Amino acid sequence: MAEQTFQIYRGDRTGGELETFQVPLTEGMVVLDAIHYIQAHLDGTLACRWNCKAAKCGSCSAEVNGRPRLMCKSRVDEFNGQPITVRPMKTFPLIKDLVTDVSWNYRVNKEIPPFTPPPGDRGPWKMYPEDVERLFEFRKCIECFLCQDVCHVLREHDGTDRYYGPRFMVRIAALEMHPKDTVSRAGLLHGRGGIGFCNITKCCEDVCPEHIHITDNAIIPLKERVADEHFDPWRALLRMFGGRREPRGT
Amino acid sequence: MADWYEAHEHDVLVIGAGGAGMRAAIAAADAGVSVGLICKSLLGKAHTVMAEGGIAAALANVDPQDSWEVHFADTMRGGQIINDYRMVEIFAKEVPERVYELEQWGGLFDRTPDGRILQRPFGAHTYRRLCHVGDRTGLELIRTLQDKAIHTGVEVHMEVTLTRLLKDGDRIAGAFGYRREDGRFLLFRAKAVILATGGWGKAYKVTSNSWECTGDGCAMAYEAGAELMDMEMVQFHPTGMVWPPGVRGILVTEAVRGEGGVLRNAEGERFMERYDPKKMELSSRDVVARSIHKEVEAGRGTPHGGAYLDISHRGAEFIKKKLPSMYEQFLKLADIDITKSPMEVAPTIHYVMGGVRVEAGTGATTVPGLYAAGEVAAGLHGANRLGGNSLGDLLVFGKRAGEHASRYVRGLAAAPRTDDRQADEERRLLARPFEGDGGENPYQLHEDMQAIMGEDCGIARTGAKLSAGLEKIRALAARADRLHVSGSRLFNPAWHQCRDVQFMLELCEAILRSAIERQESRGAHWRLDFPDQSPEWGRKNMIVSRQDGQMRVTTRPVPPMPPELARLLETKA
Repeated sequence: MAEQTFQIYRGDRTGGELETFQVPLTEGMVVLDAIHYIQAHLDGTLACRWNCKAAKCGSCSAEVNGRPRLMCKSRVDEFNGQPITVRPMKTFPLIKDLVTDVSWNYRVNKEIPPFTPPPGDRGPWKMYPEDVERLFEFRKCIECFLCQDVCHVLREHDGTDRYYGPRFMVRIAALEMHPKDTVSRAGLLHGRGGIGFCNITKCCEDVCPEHIHITDNAIIPLKERVADEHFDPWRALLRMFGGRREPRGT
Repeated sequence: MADWYEAHEHDVLVIGAGGAGMRAAIAAADAGVSVGLICKSLLGKAHTVMAEGGIAAALANVDPQDSWEVHFADTMRGGQIINDYRMVEIFAKEVPERVYELEQWGGLFDRTPDGRILQRPFGAHTYRRLCHVGDRTGLELIRTLQDKAIHTGVEVHMEVTLTRLLKDGDRIAGAFGYRREDGRFLLFRAKAVILATGGWGKAYKVTSNSWECTGDGCAMAYEAGAELMDMEMVQFHPTGMVWPPGVRGILVTEAVRGEGGVLRNAEGERFMERYDPKKMELSSRDVVARSIHKEVEAGRGTPHGGAYLDISHRGAEFIKKKLPSMYEQFLKLADIDITKSPMEVAPTIHYVMGGVRVEAGTGATTVPGLYAAGEVAAGLHGANRLGGNSLGDLLVFGKRAGEHASRYVRGLAAAPRTDDRQADEERRLLARPFEGDGGENPYQLHEDMQAIMGEDCGIARTGAKLSAGLEKIRALAARADRLHVSGSRLFNPAWHQCRDVQFMLELCEAILRSAIERQESRGAHWRLDFPDQSPEWGRKNMIVSRQDGQMRVTTRPVPPMPPELARLLETKA
């Protein structure tokens, strides 16, 4: 039976290195199948996360030949028999082998003010298809954190203390553009959210397994919203004298 | 306090963070008690995320004739009338509120042109009833509950596996287990525990379930003295992927058929005409799964042993809008463009109707302080679950379990006390695979178990095979005492697998013993040696319990429906 060479990162917080495994090839095999084969037959201590194996849960994120991807969606035959290297996501602290500490993302999510409908508006609501369908793209996010992994603000500049990262721009966009939401998160985006740090290189869009147009449809409209609220002198005057709440909607 | 474990304390401990667990945690936190939520994975990754088709709720947005009464009747008929009618009544009446509540929490569904929640047809539902968003309804539900839960004061413990319920006398006092990341032992003191741990599809090889679905909660409840019910009822979803080998069993949503998908055999026949000419592809899951099985057995299967499911006639734009993840899944994993070609599908283990026996309105098990909700609980679905009835189950009974567990906690005169000896016993059991060398590999044992269950307790059962399967499972259980792993407790998958396998072996025994006893065919339980329904068995639920360390199988009468509800079943759908 034909075999495929895998070089897999083994290690923990104290360091590590690539280890080579030979795995028998099967038809239509994905990288996650190979990891499972290694666990069952070669080394049961190889650590990785996975759940659905169908690209719906976003658990098996890793860097396959240098590219952040879901292992369950990375076909082995794409690599034409060349050795396949699998490393953990670089942006997050390593726990063991392919498992990283992604808890920062969960802390960020908690800082974002939740969906807040008008008080007393108990529904059932009428919301038209055209008003909600544009949000579906954002709601598709499976929280694989590959966009966070590739974002150079987080990855190269260790900017987790100043930028929430693309995933949470998508999250905030879904809230801000919800027809029934009443809270403005522009101040948060401008401050702790650090939207200004994104300089629209679109690397995040490139790796998104759900093909979400993160920069075009989420980050840029949010940047415009922040600019409107924080840098538009006319609006500043209006706010000063009118005391009126900013109109909603984009 | 002992120093070999890390201790936590909550009024209510919810084990499992899928739809039922999160809804229960929110309800308990709303009731003002302190709540801990245990996730076996990261938050938001639970198996609920794989639910695709939708939530069945009689909103009557699309078909105004729909009502809770019709939903009640459909669900009872689908379950072949061994369901707990009281659960079904509560469920059918309350699902609509739970759906609208999700919307209040930010969840979004596909809409009708006039702005209401759109509903799609599904198997054995009389009317168009499934609220949905494309084919990722489970993700929408889980994300909505997740964002609600983290802002409701629920304390979340991620990547924690609990393996033993702790008791103070007869009452629940907490739970014990370990954190996956560092292998540290954890002890949770709690006045009440809610099990929301889902099913145990991983006992089978061809399954739509993820690694988490190993039945920990059900097995822990059994070990703690709770009664299990209808364990023989294991659902085959008619349509799982069959090729390539690595994806065999992965779910192909029923929404494909709901949106007009057609099943054909290798000869091009639309074979459902033979088995259910009225409902065709939208017959109940047990019927469709058996029909595909029969076609394959008769030599009319596809090259990889399944049937063809074709939706291409609906056109590319429609398919990409209503079934986007199916489109992507087949394109990426199977090299099939479903807008142009049919899919190859075959039955896959998907869901367990059986589980922990609970009180209809409260989710209380037979152990004081222990509650169960969602897939781990039995009773709502009887012998066969209808598609779309699971997500509603999670919401309705998750909420009720959360509320009633909180009420129970409030009513306690004194807090229960945990006993370190129970925890220490479990620690020894957990640590054993590192000691000595029993030589048994947990992955190998798991594979052997799956082979036995597939072969001897599959879609078509016989008494002889079931008995043979039981012998083999008991032999495997003896081998499971000699499991061995190397390395440390730091994120060690082989070690994690050990206790999972032991739990599943226990549940396999319960499935086999119950299946042997039920000498009839009903719903998902198809006995070739007893091909017909028996009115006598139709009045019984199967009960499994542990007595003096031994597994015992008995029966309980199915609660009889009051006349006003029984009448709802008289008008034939």
